[in-house]
Amino acid sequence: MGKAGKKKRSIEKQFSAEKKPAATRNAYGEALLELGKSKKDVVVLDADLSGSTKTGKFAKAFPDRFYNVGVSEQDLIGTASGLALTGKRPFASTFAVFETGRAWEQIRQTVCYSHLNVKLVATHSGITVGEDGASHQSIEDVALMRVLPNMVVVVPADAHETKQVIHTLSDYYGPVYVRLGRANVPIVMPDTYVFKLGRAYPFHIGKDVNIIAMGIMVSAALEAAGILKRYGIETGVINMSTVKPLDTRTLLKAAKSCRLIVTAEEHSIIGGLGSAVAEYLSETFPISIKRIGIRDNFGCSGTPDGLLNLHGLTAQNIVKTIKNALRH
Amino acid sequence: MKRARTSRDIVFLKKKARDLRVEILKMLTEAGSGHTGGSLSAADIVAALYFYKMRHKPRDPKWRERDRFILSKGHAAPVLYAALALSGYFEKPLLSTLRKLGSPLQGHPCSKKLQGVEISTGSLGQGLSIANGIAMGLKLDRLPSRVYCLIGDGEIQEGQIWEAAMTASHYRLDNLCAIIDNNGLQIDGHCSDVMAIEPIVEKWEAFGWYVIDIDGHDMEAIVDAFDEAESVTGRPTMVVARTVKGKGVSFFEGKVEYHGLAPTQEELSSALKELGHYG
Repeated sequence: MGKAGKKKRSIEKQFSAEKKPAATRNAYGEALLELGKSKKDVVVLDADLSGSTKTGKFAKAFPDRFYNVGVSEQDLIGTASGLALTGKRPFASTFAVFETGRAWEQIRQTVCYSHLNVKLVATHSGITVGEDGASHQSIEDVALMRVLPNMVVVVPADAHETKQVIHTLSDYYGPVYVRLGRANVPIVMPDTYVFKLGRAYPFHIGKDVNIIAMGIMVSAALEAAGILKRYGIETGVINMSTVKPLDTRTLLKAAKSCRLIVTAEEHSIIGGLGSAVAEYLSETFPISIKRIGIRDNFGCSGTPDGLLNLHGLTAQNIVKTIKNALRH
Repeated sequence: MKRARTSRDIVFLKKKARDLRVEILKMLTEAGSGHTGGSLSAADIVAALYFYKMRHKPRDPKWRERDRFILSKGHAAPVLYAALALSGYFEKPLLSTLRKLGSPLQGHPCSKKLQGVEISTGSLGQGLSIANGIAMGLKLDRLPSRVYCLIGDGEIQEGQIWEAAMTASHYRLDNLCAIIDNNGLQIDGHCSDVMAIEPIVEKWEAFGWYVIDIDGHDMEAIVDAFDEAESVTGRPTMVVARTVKGKGVSFFEGKVEYHGLAPTQEELSSALKELGHYG
């Protein structure tokens, strides 16, 4: 077989693989491998979770540029900061709850205050961590990162977007927080999609309602929009993968075209995407807003689907919320 | 850049340490607030680093091959600012703007505002991890530069210090030399009363460090310690510098209340006289 034939087959293979549900953390592991090859100043750090965060692949391929600091998240952030100070491009990873919670003040004082080129890429965010229970389920991380000056917060919707996010942000100078998950999620972003920092992706702008979603909730929002169409409710869906800086232009456009804004996030409704959207719209274009997310409580052990049902993070609950809200 | 050491150098370095103390006292008095005791206790160590040991270019603060100094005990900012000014990073009159609105001389060092400050510090316990990361990066780039990190003794009560202690020895960071300014006092009193930190030497040895225990005001011993540290291979060095808080001014020495108090005008006059400074 000639070279052209081989190339064609590999593209087809890649295409079909991307269409299967995949965990965003797996896409991260692959993106790091690619970055390791193309950018010699990329270094990766982990705190004893390299198998789970998928930084282990980079560790195997580039052992000289990988640092495992053991179970010490505060040291993880400080060490990454030091590497950034010598001109490296560090990616520091662990579970979201430990990265943003345990090491928050290190992120504030060292990474953000000094505006360092440190990429914080956390996995196992939200309740879809599942069986490990509330201790490991980060539902506050977006709030914790969003409040920090200089910080950029990105929550990709699927594996396809994750790869682009990692590649794009590797060339962005400054502190970044990327929120990834453990479980497989459907591929929702089109093949032609190009991630741009600070730019939301509207699948469609609805005349009745627009759902502003991040992460795994983009998929649920799209499903909800399909159901609502049958009831004659025209529903738009916007993937607000960059939570900070918020794409206020797209948000305002969406708000002006509909009667109701709904936010959907696998995160506390306090301080996350729902808050960000409400903060902006209440000052700029007051409109009825419903926030779907974790309602000020902790998660618990269970399957990811069981937990999503329990907390109302489903297409069915989005549909119900919208129907109720529009009735009034 | 490095000068061969002579006995004259010790005299020169002692004078530099005195000059640092004079500038520390002046700027703190002008500011009306700040950390006197811990700035004075570190003056001899910082003088030995900036005027003897470290390879650096004040006119090229980002010189790739410079040695790095991380002030983990960020509240001792005045001693760093004095060293930077006397080295030529900026003009001396800027020191009088310490802690004032619009000044690059923040209450605690800010790397975004002042050239020569490697990294913002002030929240204790973070500097050693940063120093480790720099040491790793320098090794990756095969640069001969060394990293110096000054830590307070109360500061080693922070858990992150011990995380970093493990990382430094695990990664055999022999281009790293940390110094503990062991003046024995912290805000609430004697370290031994607040939260016992001894035995310091044994702790760091147990963590895999090469430890040098010295009188932190004996310039000869300080200079020897930094030379010795440079010859250590395969592990990081900790210089445990036994110091006196407020060193150089009799009425500040060993006084816990001068951790966070600036001198009054009267105290400044008496202090400068003690230091033999009449300028």
